[in-house]
Amino acid sequence: MDGLHLELLPPLLKGFKTTLMLTALSIVAALVFAMLAGLARMSLRVWFRWPAAAYVEVFRGTSLLVQLFWIYFALPMLLDIQLSAMTAAVLALSLNYGAYGSEVVRSSIAAVPKGQTEAAIALNMTPSQRLRSIILPQAWRMMLPGFGNLQIELLKGTSLVYLITLADVTYQAMMLRTYDLSSTAAIFVWLLVLYFAAASVLTWLVRFAERRAAAGRS
Amino acid sequence: MWKWEYVEKIMPKLLEAIPVAVGAALAGFTLAVLLGLPIALARRSRNRWLSAPVAAAAEFVRSTPLLVQLFVLVFVLPQSFGIRLSPFWAGVLGLGIHYSTYLSEVYRSGIEAVPKGQWEAAIALNFGKWRTWRRIVLPQSVPPTLPVMGNYLITMFKETPTLSAITVVELLMTAKIAGSASFRYVEAFTLVGLIFLLLSYPSALLVRLLEQRMQRREGRVTSR
Repeated sequence: MDGLHLELLPPLLKGFKTTLMLTALSIVAALVFAMLAGLARMSLRVWFRWPAAAYVEVFRGTSLLVQLFWIYFALPMLLDIQLSAMTAAVLALSLNYGAYGSEVVRSSIAAVPKGQTEAAIALNMTPSQRLRSIILPQAWRMMLPGFGNLQIELLKGTSLVYLITLADVTYQAMMLRTYDLSSTAAIFVWLLVLYFAAASVLTWLVRFAERRAAAGRS
Repeated sequence: MWKWEYVEKIMPKLLEAIPVAVGAALAGFTLAVLLGLPIALARRSRNRWLSAPVAAAAEFVRSTPLLVQLFVLVFVLPQSFGIRLSPFWAGVLGLGIHYSTYLSEVYRSGIEAVPKGQWEAAIALNFGKWRTWRRIVLPQSVPPTLPVMGNYLITMFKETPTLSAITVVELLMTAKIAGSASFRYVEAFTLVGLIFLLLSYPSALLVRLLEQRMQRREGRVTSR
C-alpha cells in the first residue's frame, strides 16, 4: 500500500530496536540507582544521607539533555577516557530517572505504617530482615504507579540520544528524511506511532505488575 | 583542566541566553495553562463524541517525545500545511501543547477534590452549569493545584535545552557553540548545569514553601 508508506518501516524498526534496548537497560539501571539513593536518604548515617541527597538534587535540578551532553562531551575530557554513545546514554538516563525514582522509593517506604516496623522489631528481626521481608514488599506495591509514570518519561527521554548521534529510532527517522524529503509527514507519523506503541506496552506491563503485587490483598 | 579565564570569557554569553530559556518556558507554560483547562473539561464531558477523541489525543501527545513533536512542528507543518513558524515560537508551541496534557491532569485532580456537597449546593441554589463552574467549582479547584503547577513551570524550564534541536539558541546551544569553537566542553557544559541548578533549585524550594503554607491554612480551615 502506497498511502501507508510501509517501505519506511524496516529502517525505522532497526532504530526502534536500539531505542528499546536503551530503554530496557536504562530502566534496570535506574531502578538500582533509585533503590540505593532512596534507601540511603532514609539512613540514619549522615555519610549515606548527604551524598544521596546531593545526587538527587543535582540530577533533578538540571536537565536530562544537559546531563547527557556533560557525560558524553565533558566527562571523557575531564577523566581522559573513551565513552561510547550508548554508555553515555544509559548513564545519563539511568542517573536522571534514578534520582526521580528515589523520591518514589522514599515516599513509598515512608508510607508503610510504623506498626509494621515495630512488629518486626518485636519479632526480633534484624534490620536487613525487616527491610527485605516486611517493609520492601509492602512499599513495592506503592512504588509501582510512580515507577510506571517514570518509565514512560524515560522512554520519551531516549529520543534525546539522537542529539549525541546514537542511531535510535529518532535518528533513523531524521536520516530517512534526508533521503526523501517528500515523505517527511509519513516518517514522523510512523515515528510517533512506534513511540506510542512502546509506551502502551510499558503501561500494560506496569498494570500487570500492579495486579500481581495486589494479588491476595484487599 | 579547568580554566577560569575561559569561564570569564563565555559567562557573559551564557547569561545572555538565560532570558531566551526563561521566556520560552514562561510562554509555553502560559499556553499549557490555557489549553489544559479545556482539555480537562472536555475529558469530563458526558458526550462521548467529545470526551473520547480528546482523551485519546491527550494520551498520544503525553506518550510521545517532545523532541519528535518539535520536529513535526518545524518540518511537517511548513511542508504539509504551509504553516511556517520561527524556531522560538515552534518551541513555545511544542512545549505548550506537550505540557497542556500534563496540566489537564492537574486541573482534573483539583476538580475531583471539590466535595460533592458543593455541586449539590449549586443545584439547590438553582445555579446554571456556567455559574456552577465559574463561581463554585473552579474557584475551589484551581488554587490548591498552584504548587503542582509551579513544579511544572520548573520542569518546563528544564526542558528548554531540547529546543536547541530545532536551532533555538538557548543555554545549551550557546554552550555548544562556545565549546566547539575552542574545543573546551568541560567549562561550558558544567556552567550550563550550574545555571540550571541555581535557577531551578531555589524555585523548587519556593514552591515547597508555598505548598506547606497552603497545607497549614487548609489545616486551620478544616479544624475550625
